[in-house]
Amino acid sequence: MRIPALRQGTHWRAFFIEQLIRLTGVSAIAFVLLILLFLIKEGAPALVEVPLSNLMGQRWYPTFGIYGLLPLILGSLLVTVGAIAVSMPLGVATAVFIGEIAPEWVRDILKPSIEIIAGIPSVVIGFIGIQLVSPLVRQLSGAPTGLTALTGVLLLAYMALPTIISIAEDALDAVPQSYRNAAYALSATKWQTIWRVVLPAARPGIVTAVMLGVGRAIGETMTVMMVTGNAARMPLGLDAFLRPVRTMTATIAAEMGEVARGSTHYQVLFLVGLVLFVLTFVINLAAAVAIFRRERGGGGRFLA
Amino acid sequence: MLLCRRVAYIFISCLFFLSASCGEGGSQQPVASTTTIVNVGSDTMVNLALAWAEAYHELHPEISVSVTGGGSGTGMAALINGSTDIANASRQMKDEELREAEHAGITPVEHVVALDAIAVVISPRNPIGELTIPQISDMYTGRIENWRDVGGEDRPIILASRESNSGTYMYFLENVVRRGDPENDDLFSPESLLLPSSEVIGLEVAHNPNAIGYDGLGYVTPAQKTVRVAVSKDGPFVAPSIDTVNDGTYPIARPLYIYTKGEPQGAIKDYLDWITSEDGQRIVAELGFVPLPGS
Repeated sequence: MRIPALRQGTHWRAFFIEQLIRLTGVSAIAFVLLILLFLIKEGAPALVEVPLSNLMGQRWYPTFGIYGLLPLILGSLLVTVGAIAVSMPLGVATAVFIGEIAPEWVRDILKPSIEIIAGIPSVVIGFIGIQLVSPLVRQLSGAPTGLTALTGVLLLAYMALPTIISIAEDALDAVPQSYRNAAYALSATKWQTIWRVVLPAARPGIVTAVMLGVGRAIGETMTVMMVTGNAARMPLGLDAFLRPVRTMTATIAAEMGEVARGSTHYQVLFLVGLVLFVLTFVINLAAAVAIFRRERGGGGRFLA
Repeated sequence: MLLCRRVAYIFISCLFFLSASCGEGGSQQPVASTTTIVNVGSDTMVNLALAWAEAYHELHPEISVSVTGGGSGTGMAALINGSTDIANASRQMKDEELREAEHAGITPVEHVVALDAIAVVISPRNPIGELTIPQISDMYTGRIENWRDVGGEDRPIILASRESNSGTYMYFLENVVRRGDPENDDLFSPESLLLPSSEVIGLEVAHNPNAIGYDGLGYVTPAQKTVRVAVSKDGPFVAPSIDTVNDGTYPIARPLYIYTKGEPQGAIKDYLDWITSEDGQRIVAELGFVPLPGS
């Protein structure tokens, strides 16, 4: 690196600060790698000790040596997919409204309100879920209990929404005004401009927003532990959303307290953590690939 | 060259953070000084333990007892790894836990400090008033799925339970679901809701007319309805209360334990003696548990 030739004192200070910033930036990657290594160290022995047929089973009774991970993985996936299905259209539409359509004064009220929504602790949302949402779900849908995947989906969608809205709105904001002007000059209507010019141009940023929403949803622990019923059943069949599920995160939170360090149950719980980590990583990787491929296709700055 | 340098930076910072973490591995708290007694374990007993701790502190201000929950299993694990002085448990130590204790050089000593009844609760809107233990067992294993099969309305049965690390769960599994038979290896139905606390069980049972749940007698609120339980169809159907536990007529009752490392001495012995005395047992009754007979 080239160190600018300034007065002696400034020269070393600049160098030092540069290195410090570089270290903190790189340490983010280092932390993630170390977490991965720790998970592998504690969880990989489970792959040796527990036969694969047990781990791929459909029943989870860890206190009796039955460690079928499928109900947990499917449970997490079900609530995550449901939450994104609800919050993605809602979030992007809200971002479009705030960024493109709403008058200044509405924007000034909405933006801070959304930040406030994001600030409510997950336990409080879980409690509201048990007291209000769950009885409503039971009464309106006729399901036997309100502690279902659907209740989890609704609450997770609520929690992922502020993340998606904020970042999507920033992405829309970053689209140059010249794009919109060009569209108007070609006599496009406002909606045509938004739908065919602004949104495609902001796509990388919006994908990032949704990915962060997915990360929020799949990693949420307290809320799902309180409202999804934690029943380790296979969520297949058409009524899967109206039945209880058990997520990976709730399993780790509920069971980690009592396991003896180094026992098989402990190792399997770390394996569950590893699966969660890998799943999140794969999702993010797929999103990153999707963004970069579009970049090569031409058009649009990297707006993420 | 640029890639090499970047990889080198990442590697060096990994080493840096790894070495920073190599300070103390597995820090263990030093065990009881004479002024603090650490008490970890059963969530069923946590309110009771807190009440004891507060009352004892008023009598002996130089001694403070710090109480945390986490489940009977958590308490045992903490006793074995040395992070607690006494462990509360709503069940006895399992064989594996005894082996681990021996491994760690500890001889756990068991003290019965109170009795507890497990109440079976349903919604006040549910017309059922009594159930037999075989019926409850069939409901919780999933063999019976509708309330009309036990004489109620045509509704699906929703099973509420504690999580598997709870002593209450274990006791209910062994004595009700498995009907006290050590050869029986029935499990809870996979459809059963494993709820994180007594409060959530209480809320679900109170709101939902399909639900049945179980919990310690001290946790039953007026919003829930307790079921009268009998061992068999002919047997007397008894509702849980202090009297019916003490005279042995209520079938689902269990002792509550405190485990110490070896025979207790000094401050811990004084504390345990006080707990089993009249003062300590009066608090047991106040909290809805059952005092030891003869106090």
